[in-house]
Amino acid sequence: MIGWNRVLPAIAVIALIVGVWWAVVVLTHSVVFPTPLQVVTGTIELIRDGTLWQHIGASLFRVGAGFGLAVLVAVPLGLWMGWVKGAYVTLNPLFQMLRPISPIAWIPIAILWFGVGDLSPIFLIFISSVFPMVVQTTSGVHTIEKRYLRAAANFGVSRATLFRQVVIPAVLPQIIVGMRIGLGVAWLVVVAAEMIALRSGLGYLIIDSRNAGNRYDLVVAGMIIIGLIGLLLDGLMRLLEGLKVVRWRYAH
Amino acid sequence: MPTRDIPSRISVDGIGKSFATEQGALHVLDQISFEVADGDIVAIVGPSGCGKSTLMNIVAGFDRPDRGTVRIDGAVQSAPSSRGILISQAGSVFPWLTVQQNLMFGLNGHDHGDRRQLADHYAEMVGLKGFETRYPHELSGGMLKRAELARALVVKPEILYMDEPFSALDALLHLRMRNELLRILAQERHTVLLITHDVEEAIHVANRVLVLSTRPTRIQASFDVPFAHPRKLSSAPVQELRAAILRELGVDSYSA
Repeated sequence: MIGWNRVLPAIAVIALIVGVWWAVVVLTHSVVFPTPLQVVTGTIELIRDGTLWQHIGASLFRVGAGFGLAVLVAVPLGLWMGWVKGAYVTLNPLFQMLRPISPIAWIPIAILWFGVGDLSPIFLIFISSVFPMVVQTTSGVHTIEKRYLRAAANFGVSRATLFRQVVIPAVLPQIIVGMRIGLGVAWLVVVAAEMIALRSGLGYLIIDSRNAGNRYDLVVAGMIIIGLIGLLLDGLMRLLEGLKVVRWRYAH
Repeated sequence: MPTRDIPSRISVDGIGKSFATEQGALHVLDQISFEVADGDIVAIVGPSGCGKSTLMNIVAGFDRPDRGTVRIDGAVQSAPSSRGILISQAGSVFPWLTVQQNLMFGLNGHDHGDRRQLADHYAEMVGLKGFETRYPHELSGGMLKRAELARALVVKPEILYMDEPFSALDALLHLRMRNELLRILAQERHTVLLITHDVEEAIHVANRVLVLSTRPTRIQASFDVPFAHPRKLSSAPVQELRAAILRELGVDSYSA
């Protein structure tokens, strides 16, 4: 059973907002801004003709590719920077400088380098999610408690064992936190990237719906779907935090 | 006692250590020398802040002395090794490994026969049978200490370095762990260097008690503990020894 007193307030607030929204649209006789009902019928229309799934699939594919690539680069790089002081001193200033540049600012360069196909948003997602994951992984290595490294030194284990059984599992909780942040940013960025150019994706759906006949019902539908999928992706990342090998970190 | 030509298991010869602080050099260890024979159990007691842990880190090979040398079986100690395992107050059982994985940790890359069997043997010895698949955060403080002890025993170290091993436990558990340790030492025969602030613990476990002075630290006194195990801590000779050690530490024990 779900605790009703935990979900009830949230549902009440959403219901209230929908109610106010509905009332305002009706009272102002707006012809452009849709009522909640029009959003629902618009969504059903998208589901019926199958375009909704195409847009969702396209966005998820780009996020999956860009984010997956970022994980493959960020985790080894972060471990290396955390472990080898020279690597940290050399690369950290560069990353700290690149990190505050909004991924949106990279869009012109992405288009120049990769055109308007799938590669541009994948590149933008990569750029946006790789830095938070590198930073989290590096700081994870830096915060490994000395007593565990000393114990490993005491038992005289090989370098491979040290990494496999001490360093990586010690950093794993931080890596997962980094992945959660990275995936959140990736989802933000894919929608923005798809608004610029391309023929598919939830970002494209929103911009195209506005441009092609002021279909604001589909604009709002797209926004709500983006929010729901974002929530779902974050939920998936939280499942990782429940894994037994990392629970020691979150339990306290 | 070893004869002259057999080197002591642990030989500490004139070690000194200072640390640089903002107020200048902090002279921690002045001039410390002692010997520990094979199979001996030596406790070191001293006032807090006298550098007991610094001494232990140097003897166990984690830190270098400024002067003097530490020899293990006649060879100069330059790095920690699995021949002497350190068990400290904070504990270092890996929270991301199960009890069994922790116990097998030190056996990596060594030819110890069946690793799992060896781990299970020591889990049983310390009373952790049935908890092999648990994670440390699912264990009580006392069980964590048992796991730590078992992980050290698995690699069959010649020396156990114990730095306030049970100090974080409550009094009852502390006493129980001491009895467990004595039971295990009777079976396994390790050389033990035990650092403690608890004089009763020192007398309970050790054959010899070294009393450290305040900083800069020297060995101020050495007491043999000639009582057979099991020791009755309330007996008159034990209490007399306790009072004598406490006097060395500058504490009167009339009321104790």
